Amino acid sequence: MILNILIAILLLSGALFFLVAAIGIVRLPDLYTRMHAAAKASAFGAVLMLAATALHFRDLWTILEVVVIVVFLFITTPVATHLIGRAGYRMKVPIWKETRVDELRDALEGNVHDSLRCDEHDDPSMRHSSRSPHRDHTVHEG
Amino acid sequence: MQDATVSLVELSALISFGVLILALLLTFWRLFRGRDLADRVVALDLIAIILIGGIAGYTVMTDVAVLLNSASVLALIVFLGTVAFARYLERSVK
Repeated sequence: MILNILIAILLLSGALFFLVAAIGIVRLPDLYTRMHAAAKASAFGAVLMLAATALHFRDLWTILEVVVIVVFLFITTPVATHLIGRAGYRMKVPIWKETRVDELRDALEGNVHDSLRCDEHDDPSMRHSSRSPHRDHTVHEG
Repeated sequence: MQDATVSLVELSALISFGVLILALLLTFWRLFRGRDLADRVVALDLIAIILIGGIAGYTVMTDVAVLLNSASVLALIVFLGTVAFARYLERSVK
């Protein structure tokens, strides 16, 4: 009986996560924020509903298949979302006007040339132009 | 309680089907209206993952474990389709 209640809670909460993802994909202003809502909430909702399936059947093959689907979803959803995001950025899909950080533009245009200039002239003031410590590290290594 | 025609699990599966249909309608609205092609690809991806959740709920409701195979096949096919679409979009820029 407790197991049935747990299955019901898992099913309903998974469906609610799907509803959150759909509301996000309708209401958010931007391709990139929509991807953020769609990828994360929908993967979590699918995991909850598949966990309800595994709890309902409780035999080895069903649990194994649920684990396979969940692992596959957790691997492929970020990859697919990343690919769509990069393609959208290359297509110059407009970015929401309140977006502050655009790291891909820095990587594509600005800071790549900055690091090259740092290599040539060894200007210490240029080292603080890049924000992420990883890029600082590449600059120091030369 | 043998007289109960709908058990708790079946009832919750039915309610979650209603919620999933609402989510599908909202996502279809974005699919029709989406102002860019990338928006539509995101909406298609979300529709497929909602269908995976619906297949899981239907498997629980009908007590047939074999139906879960279609969820795994759908997950595989959707990933391939999304990757192919993204590469097509990226190639069409140049």
